[in-house]
Amino acid sequence: MLSIKNLCVSIEGKEILNGINLEINPGEVHAIMGPNGSGKSTLANVLAGKEDYEITAGEITYMGEDLFEMAPEDRARKGIFLSFQYPVEIPGVPMVNFLKTALNEHRKFRGEKPLTAGEFLKVMREKKALVEMDTELTNRSVNEGFSGGEKKKNEIFQMALLEPKLSILDETDSGLDIDALKTVAHGVNALRSAENATIVVTHYQRLLDYIVPDHVHVLYKGRIVKSAGKELAFELEEKGYEWIKKENGD
Amino acid sequence: MEEQDKLLHEVTQREYQFGFYSDIETEIIDKGLNEEVIRIISAKKNEPEFMLEFRLNAYRRWLKMDMPDWAYLKIPPIDFQAISYYAAPKKKPQYDSLDEVDPELLETFNKLGIPLEEQKHLAGVAVDAVIDSVSVKTTFKETLAEKGIIFCSFSEALQEHPDLVKKYIGMAVPVGDNYFAALNSAVFSDGSFCYIPKGVRCPMELSTYFRINAANTGQFERTLIIADEDSYVSYLEGCTAPMRDENQLHAAVVEIIALDRAEVKYSTVQNWYPGDKEGKGGIYNFVTKRGICRGVSSKISWTQVETGSAITWKYPSCILMGDNSVGEFYSVALTNHHQQADTGTKMIHIGKNTKSTIVSKGISAGVSDNSYRGLVKVLPGAINSRNFSQCDSLLMGDKCGAHTFPYIEVGNKSSIVEHEATTSKIGEDQIFYCNQRGISTEDAIGMIVNGYAREVLNKLPMEFAVEAQKLLAISLEGSVG
Ligand SMILES: Nc1ncnc2c1ncn2[C@@H]1O[C@H](COP(=O)(O)OP(=O)(O)OP(=O)(O)O)[C@@H](O)[C@H]1O
Ligand SMILES: [Mg+2]
Repeated sequence: MLSIKNLCVSIEGKEILNGINLEINPGEVHAIMGPNGSGKSTLANVLAGKEDYEITAGEITYMGEDLFEMAPEDRARKGIFLSFQYPVEIPGVPMVNFLKTALNEHRKFRGEKPLTAGEFLKVMREKKALVEMDTELTNRSVNEGFSGGEKKKNEIFQMALLEPKLSILDETDSGLDIDALKTVAHGVNALRSAENATIVVTHYQRLLDYIVPDHVHVLYKGRIVKSAGKELAFELEEKGYEWIKKENGD
Repeated sequence: MEEQDKLLHEVTQREYQFGFYSDIETEIIDKGLNEEVIRIISAKKNEPEFMLEFRLNAYRRWLKMDMPDWAYLKIPPIDFQAISYYAAPKKKPQYDSLDEVDPELLETFNKLGIPLEEQKHLAGVAVDAVIDSVSVKTTFKETLAEKGIIFCSFSEALQEHPDLVKKYIGMAVPVGDNYFAALNSAVFSDGSFCYIPKGVRCPMELSTYFRINAANTGQFERTLIIADEDSYVSYLEGCTAPMRDENQLHAAVVEIIALDRAEVKYSTVQNWYPGDKEGKGGIYNFVTKRGICRGVSSKISWTQVETGSAITWKYPSCILMGDNSVGEFYSVALTNHHQQADTGTKMIHIGKNTKSTIVSKGISAGVSDNSYRGLVKVLPGAINSRNFSQCDSLLMGDKCGAHTFPYIEVGNKSSIVEHEATTSKIGEDQIFYCNQRGISTEDAIGMIVNGYAREVLNKLPMEFAVEAQKLLAISLEGSVG
């Protein structure tokens, strides 16, 4: 589904990612862990098409197509979803309008008829229930005045609504209380299927108890320095990143 | 960052959508301005003597005045002798049905997306369509007449209700008030007149579509709205103008008088031709709009969405004379390309316990300049008065300008005046967030800008709000994607 080969990315002349290789197949869950500043969000943003970055080398194919040829909105419409580490507020834009526009753009892209307001509200109710999203929140402007945890929940709510093929969750667990974490994980699991894949960026093994990964990768200084099964997450939880750093000569 | 600038540049390079001419035959008198011309205008309109005196008095005042130069605007010299001060459709038609209306005119409205045909059926909206300077069509007149509401062209009011006009004209905007008001008072061609009798709530939004149509014709509209005791009216003014090369002067005057406990809501969507991308052409819009809350507990609110004109000079104001009276100003002013806007309001507190609210949302793109200029003046006798002002600016790109000039004078200790101001750039992060949800950059910008302006848009009547939202998006969006 997604194939990243030798991806090198800089920002303002500073190399952030240097030589990422990653293969993701339908049905798989990949966890990406790594110390602060190692480039996890950068990788997520590059996949979603954020423009601030300079791609200095490498290639990415998504469903057989060159990802770099696609505009960010087309990537979204083709099923790439990014749950942002820091979701932004858009004052004055009601959640409902925003989501209806987003969903109908996806539908238009697939050649489906736009949902009417009534149809949309029905779909929205279902998805709200799935992640226990508060109506009081969906009545507000996009993320406006949402708490940290509420913003994260809102990301997963949007994911549920848009039903992506490849979901990238960038530290969706940080800021969530224990109950919310379970709810969110439950939502993510409910959306899992043999056709969909998920990339989970996290610092904590805890989330991986709920969203069980097939592969765990450690990103360090812009490279994937270790890949293994879910047991790697336990090892990191226990030992921290010191041994990874040592292994890499730091 | 560069990428973002390029994008914004592209997004803001959209051509004026409503640019077209229409070929309605017009009668124009010779260019130039002198007492003789004013006498001709007055005579052509068969005006009562007091009106001619009013005009001549204004003209004589105007001759002694200078163009104001205090605004943050670069105004090219205007040759007032090169303007023709009167244009009217050749024969003033008397329509019984739409079939009799000049098809050209109907076509014009069709292009604007506001076909008369539909407007007529639009529940609750009476339309007084002004083409050039003479009213061509008035609908719903009978319904209004039943309630004793007078809603007609200014010329008609001068024939049918000269006493009302005589009593109130110049009350809010005296002839010598300012350069452009004096000019308007001397040469105004036509406009709208509205009188709501005591205790009457106007059952529909009163709506006027203004158009500038004949080449080289300065447009001098005059509107007078009188809300008698305990009455209510909501008045809509909207306009879009045809594309043209030469600069066109527009100097309108709107006066509102609210008596005891009366309420007037005046909403504008202004979309005059702004000039092309290089800043050539476009309307010069020098408007004087002022309301007097004469009566106790009366209320006047101005809501405006300004997207057009090459130059906008406009300060819809409220004079709060009556005790407990309320003034409001809600404004969105959008400038793009080489547009310049200097707009704001004046709230003059005279009566006790008077309240005013100012919400101004400026949006600047391209290489435009957008200024808010507002005066809040509380006289010593206006005890326990309140003002709250919120002035926000949104910048798109870094070649445009936003400026805020608040003037505050408080003459007593019991009054409270609050002023808040913010300036922000349209967020790349917000645009990307929308993109990531499948929304194009163009739509994202429209959405974000409309969100930013929501507080003001919410004050507009429904059907107008929809039109205004489209206008904001159209004025910014372009060839992206
Ligand atoms: N816009 C930017 N300008 C300059 N440096 C940047 C920018 N964005 C990211 N960086 C740098 O790139 C590096 C990687 O950042 P990134 O956000 O990808 O890290 P991360 O692995 O997600 O960290 P965290 O665990 O703290 O979220 C950091 O050193 C960061 O400072
Ligand atoms: Mg991060």
